[in-house]
Amino acid sequence: MHYTTFLLDGSSWINFNVGALKAEFWANTFDGLAYGGIYALVAMGYTLVYGVLRLINFAHSEVFISGAYAVFFALSFLGFGTSPPGLSVPALVGDLLLACVAAMLASGVVAVLLERVAYRPLRKKNAPPLVFLITAIGASFTIQYLFFLWRGSTAEHAVIMFRPQAIFTVFGTDVDDQQITIVVAAVVLMIVADLFINRTRLGRGVRAVAQDPDTAALMGVNKERVIMLTFLVGGLMAGAAALFYVMRVPDGVQYNGGFVLGIKAFAAAVLGGIGNLRGALLGGLLIGLVAEYGQTLLGANEWSDVVAFLVLVIVLMFRPTGILGESLGKARA
Amino acid sequence: MTEPHGPASPADPPVGPIGGAEGGIVAELAQMTEQERAERAADVAEVVAPDREIAVAVGDTLLELRDVTLRFGGLVALDSVSFGIRRGEILGLIGPNGAGKTTCFNVMTGVYRPTSGRVLLEDRPLGRRKRHQITRLGIARTFQNIRLFGEMTALENVVVGADARHQTSVPGAIVRSPRHQREEREAVERASALLEFVGIADRAADKARNLPYGYQRRLEIARALATEPKLLCLDEPAAGFNPAEKEDLMGLIRKIRDDGYTVLLIEHDMRLVMNVTDRIVVLEFGKKIAEGSPLEVRADPAVIAAYLGVSDDGAA
Amino acid sequence: MTTGIPATPTAPDRPNESALRRLRSSWNGLSRPQQWLWMIPVAAIIFVLPVLKIPLINTEPGYPFADTMFDCARFGLAAVGLNVVVGQAGLLDLGYVGFFAIGSYVAALFTSKDSLLHHIPYLWTLPAAMVITAFFGLVLGTPTLRLRGDYLAIVTLGFGEMVRLLGSLLPPLKGQVGLQEVGHPPGTNANGSAIFAAGNGTPWYWLTVVVIILVLFIVGNLERSRVGRAWVAIREDEDVAQMMGVATFKFKLWAFAMGAAIGGLSGALFAGQVGFVNNQGFDVPTSILFLAAVILGGSGNKVGVLLGAFVVVYVQHRFQSLAAYRYLIFGVVLIVLMIFRPQGLLGARQRLLAYGRQAYRRLIGRNEQLSSDSALTGSKGGQP
Repeated sequence: MHYTTFLLDGSSWINFNVGALKAEFWANTFDGLAYGGIYALVAMGYTLVYGVLRLINFAHSEVFISGAYAVFFALSFLGFGTSPPGLSVPALVGDLLLACVAAMLASGVVAVLLERVAYRPLRKKNAPPLVFLITAIGASFTIQYLFFLWRGSTAEHAVIMFRPQAIFTVFGTDVDDQQITIVVAAVVLMIVADLFINRTRLGRGVRAVAQDPDTAALMGVNKERVIMLTFLVGGLMAGAAALFYVMRVPDGVQYNGGFVLGIKAFAAAVLGGIGNLRGALLGGLLIGLVAEYGQTLLGANEWSDVVAFLVLVIVLMFRPTGILGESLGKARA
Repeated sequence: MTEPHGPASPADPPVGPIGGAEGGIVAELAQMTEQERAERAADVAEVVAPDREIAVAVGDTLLELRDVTLRFGGLVALDSVSFGIRRGEILGLIGPNGAGKTTCFNVMTGVYRPTSGRVLLEDRPLGRRKRHQITRLGIARTFQNIRLFGEMTALENVVVGADARHQTSVPGAIVRSPRHQREEREAVERASALLEFVGIADRAADKARNLPYGYQRRLEIARALATEPKLLCLDEPAAGFNPAEKEDLMGLIRKIRDDGYTVLLIEHDMRLVMNVTDRIVVLEFGKKIAEGSPLEVRADPAVIAAYLGVSDDGAA
Repeated sequence: MTTGIPATPTAPDRPNESALRRLRSSWNGLSRPQQWLWMIPVAAIIFVLPVLKIPLINTEPGYPFADTMFDCARFGLAAVGLNVVVGQAGLLDLGYVGFFAIGSYVAALFTSKDSLLHHIPYLWTLPAAMVITAFFGLVLGTPTLRLRGDYLAIVTLGFGEMVRLLGSLLPPLKGQVGLQEVGHPPGTNANGSAIFAAGNGTPWYWLTVVVIILVLFIVGNLERSRVGRAWVAIREDEDVAQMMGVATFKFKLWAFAMGAAIGGLSGALFAGQVGFVNNQGFDVPTSILFLAAVILGGSGNKVGVLLGAFVVVYVQHRFQSLAAYRYLIFGVVLIVLMIFRPQGLLGARQRLLAYGRQAYRRLIGRNEQLSSDSALTGSKGGQP
């Protein structure tokens, strides 16, 4: 723009590279959906806890990164490293399932511990919401820097599960097996969680507490157990997300690796309608796409984060209840 | 009214109308004669309701609900409810639990917008005004489940109400503009008088959350009065009171009306409602089923069937 | 006025607090002019601290003591601003460092040789930084403050991170290379060197302390006005505040913009003292340290948050072996405080009436009691 040139030594503030976006549109789309699946799984944790407790669990990003560390350790233990191990398909699937279980366990345990140690004492004291939020950010910080002290500031070495291989071609662009795995798994897990919440007795308890904790308690729902369950389910999903995250970003296991992903996942939850599981999936996929397009259009990886954040603000401005609305609990916008 | 009793301490002889001396007004009051107290009460009332001469034009409709319907999803909370509140009266709003009384309050104070129908204050529709704007138009309320600013003192709570009429904004407060200083002085003066008016001045400096229950209820009334409302809406102000406290409260409500306010009262205690109100509107399942003087309402078969017939005390 | 034996506070619930409580209640028993008299020597001591280098307190040789004190001061200034947002109005701002960063960049862009913007004298960048950061506060606050308070927390968190990323992404901000030779206030020493040379701790400390005192005046006046009461009312129960006639959105926006402006001011001072600005040091963990300072000192109490800022900064410089653990330490501190002492070290209810003393004296014959509870101690207000 004209004024930027005269103000600041000729380098303009922002360059839009429309050509690149045109060229890479479909590649971006498939990549975006894959990342979107990961965001969606993490977003479920935010959405569940928010739906039941009206709390933004800031430490959920650390629940996720705990899972990522578990994947790293499990895979390292199973002999994975910076080059793919070249296993047969059944053996590979077996190993990945093991890693997934490890990640879900780790994330689930961290989530439940977090609830026990940090949030439950506050609920007992009936503390105001601000206190919960500050505790949440403190917990996020604490877990992050525990990893920092334990594993240092640099990322762990890459653990490569398998190289992505094109399965078929659409619009002249290859779709690889990783992308398909992630999107399919995210959708399946979402359906499972949705069925759990909507069809089972435990799930009914969760919905009851989300709608009206006091009445639910009067009707014999064990509120504490429901809350624990909510954290656990959110943790399990984050663990699964961690597996796919490492699959896509093999060298992304780092103490603060969850932070930005957490903000994107939260943006996804809000975009879809916080408290709404299906919304989390939709929001996740959309955020994945938009972030990917933005990154190509603006020309640097970091733009992906900035764009995701801008989406969050714009959604809040125009449709604060999200695309699908808030459903787990009653809307209170 | 019970006289507030404060710490008895050696105090100077009483001075000035609203002025004070060592030991404080509360201590002073304890030592006054009946006559002095009456004079002082008149002074206090003057500060509490400065424009009452204007407001006492009794008779014309102050607030009117015209065919107000409110739906939540499929649930009809209010079904074409119409009634008016006349200037200077105490109107009772009664009905069994879940009849829509508090919902009615919420529509008047802008918490909910009616699905259809209109609410008019002095013939002007409230329309889509924000809640704080409605307060400034002259509708104030108390809450069934007490909602004070717990960390503020009683006096500060009332001053927040008085602030509704103030103009000072951030720049004025930073430089302590003359208007800011005048408003601060007047607000404190008026709030002190209001605390005395409702009878809780002896705990003016206590945090609201530490006040006894009855004081909290009265503080809610003082805070609402501080906004200089044309209409004061009391949502079950006697809940949890014993008979003696209820008696005091009736006295206070009458006194508020006599000072030129119009009062809308939701109350479960039928004896209290019958004794203190001028007219009564009865709701059942979101519909108005009766309206009239306490005597008429008491005799109305629909009311007896819906409400009084159930139990002598009404719903608990 | 009575110099007054202050009203005896209610029995202390913990014996080890009684000394502090007694000190506080005697302080509150003093009249305003008396308090001002006491403040003069206190302020004098605060001013000469970096020159005195009192042995045990000194952070040298590990870290220049004057720099430590400047760091404490700029952190304290930021904490006072954040306290308006968090402590007064009860809005959780987790991206405060974003405003601090914007203030720094404003100071640098208007004075650095690496910027082709129109240059202005350094001291003018201080108000400029305040205005520009306040503007950013409005832009960020307008969409989010209409919503539930908790959304603000995550939006500000994202905002803080975004500002940091933009520092690398926008070419004119020159990423890690940064903008060199940020300006400074005029004045030279006898030997011709600039008084406010970059890296020179003591004069910058003095300047910052003066700024803090000015800001405390402003914030204090607001506290004892309709504005401060509106903020506290919003914090306590936003719905009721609105029904009592408080224009909640407007006052939340004011709090947010006010906090942003003070943060920007602190950032501009930081840029001047360090002498260059790059994209480092504006990360979200710094935001959390700001928050830790506010919570530790006593959210809602402006003197408390200054103390909190001092502790947060000083501990890092004095015990450098702890520096690596600082984020962990303050993360744990946040959790532990929230569970066991939400009012922080110096939690004290603030006075909200300009003429409260006279009123209370007239009504009950004594001063109000200022208990140690504060912003965060209450139980969940209003909302079911």
